[in-house]
Amino acid sequence: MTTMMITGCRKIVGGKGEGEALVSSQPINFLAMVEARSGRITDPKHELYGRSLKDAILVFPNAIGSSVGAYVFYSLKEAGTAPRAIVCAKADITTASGCAIANIPVVDLPEEMAKEPLSSLVRPGSRIRVDAEAGQIAATV
Amino acid sequence: MELTREEERALAGEKGEALALAYRILAAIGEATGAKRLVPVKWAHVSGVNYNTIGDAGVQFLEKFSRDARVAVKTTVNPMGYDRDRPEQLPEKFIEKQASIMRSYERMGVTPSFTCTPYEVFDIPEKGTAVSFAESNAAVFSNSLLGLRTNKESALSALASSVTGKAPLSDLRLDEARNPRVAIETGFSFESELDYGLLGYFAGKAVKDSSVALAGIGNSIGRPQAKALSAGIGTSGSCGMFSLGDSVAAGIGEKIAFGKEEARKVRDELSTADDGDIITLGSPQLGLEELATLARLTEGKKFDRRCMIFCSRAIHNQATKIGLTGQIEKAGGEFMCDSCTCLTPYVDKDRYDSVITSSVKAAYYMNNSNKVKVALKDVKAIVKEYTK
Repeated sequence: MTTMMITGCRKIVGGKGEGEALVSSQPINFLAMVEARSGRITDPKHELYGRSLKDAILVFPNAIGSSVGAYVFYSLKEAGTAPRAIVCAKADITTASGCAIANIPVVDLPEEMAKEPLSSLVRPGSRIRVDAEAGQIAATV
Repeated sequence: MELTREEERALAGEKGEALALAYRILAAIGEATGAKRLVPVKWAHVSGVNYNTIGDAGVQFLEKFSRDARVAVKTTVNPMGYDRDRPEQLPEKFIEKQASIMRSYERMGVTPSFTCTPYEVFDIPEKGTAVSFAESNAAVFSNSLLGLRTNKESALSALASSVTGKAPLSDLRLDEARNPRVAIETGFSFESELDYGLLGYFAGKAVKDSSVALAGIGNSIGRPQAKALSAGIGTSGSCGMFSLGDSVAAGIGEKIAFGKEEARKVRDELSTADDGDIITLGSPQLGLEELATLARLTEGKKFDRRCMIFCSRAIHNQATKIGLTGQIEKAGGEFMCDSCTCLTPYVDKDRYDSVITSSVKAAYYMNNSNKVKVALKDVKAIVKEYTK
């Protein structure tokens, strides 16, 4: 098994997290699409429909829509269904502020990588380790 | 992002837990938006007030946060879950949790406005003033039409700005992001405010940038149209500002077409029923202009089913003085103050299968959060079809 390193990520919220990569190229409206108690995506039109964020490393572009989505990160943490860490293509205010109070580590990708399709950078289901302080993502492929 | 010594000490907790958390939020969004420093803001508008949106974890967070948090600048708040004078039909637990949220905000010293259209209720600061608005329609409206400067804040970033009086100097607070680099060209003439909502939802989804130029709909638009457009943009993406006028769009390379076909696709996505058990008008809450139009359209008529009209208490009081609410109530309209359509506990799938509305934002959240079907029609069509 080889380990691929992505360095030069921006630290948005500090901390480390390790888990299985849950990857989507679609943004998420956390208020409308996430059920905090189970951590599941509830929107049938979303490619992660039915999947749970619990203990995953969520790799997705950014959050969209409702400003109240920030509270959902806190509700996920309180319900024990939060992701271990989050990798955004480009972190948005809702994700950054929600994870700041929920203590979920967040990094986003270096500028030149942020535009590439996420699933080409990180293989869904692969083991991911995120170290926000070091700005590094280690993926075993 | 650089913090001043004062800000560093507050972040370290020397000025209490609430301020430490607030600066932790500001530091995170400063990193996310590439800010160099924090700047003062004059006014914060906070969302996360309706219990249905923040849930038990949110109630608990606000209870703890408000113990040692006090507003540092004028702070207005979004709608709560229901009309304070009409708690009937609601579960005791909902009322109790909503009351706790109200106490938390009250002891922080917020202005109990319970409106998602603060720009219609309070005086507007001069152009260029930095504010921090979480309610997405208000952020988009204020950036685009009032020349204020806010990012598309989250409930928590606006809360942090409220107690610190500060926000990161980034994105839509700087000229560069306010000048659009992508334009949407509308290819047909709009007939109702619903078309503006559909354009907004389309633009929010299509545009990754923070601002967008809109061509083909004139250099200025009316307030109801601008509200529908702002609410639509705020619902579907992360764009926080639009600029009107074909001249603005002329100099932009990247152009996206919005024709009848695109409008129909958005409508098909959001309109999931042909009919509905009740009508809800709001999201954003209705203002005086929309109420005047509704009074005129319903003169001498009567709604054939329940029609809930959401507006702020301030607007309701003004509308009552000029006789609008009386006329609309005579037609069977039922006013709900302090609250709004999205995630209202008055509408859930146990009580109604589907809802008729003219708001794109309401349609989106009714489908996805309230889990009821939606018949999306413009106000004229609603009055025509559902009154006798």
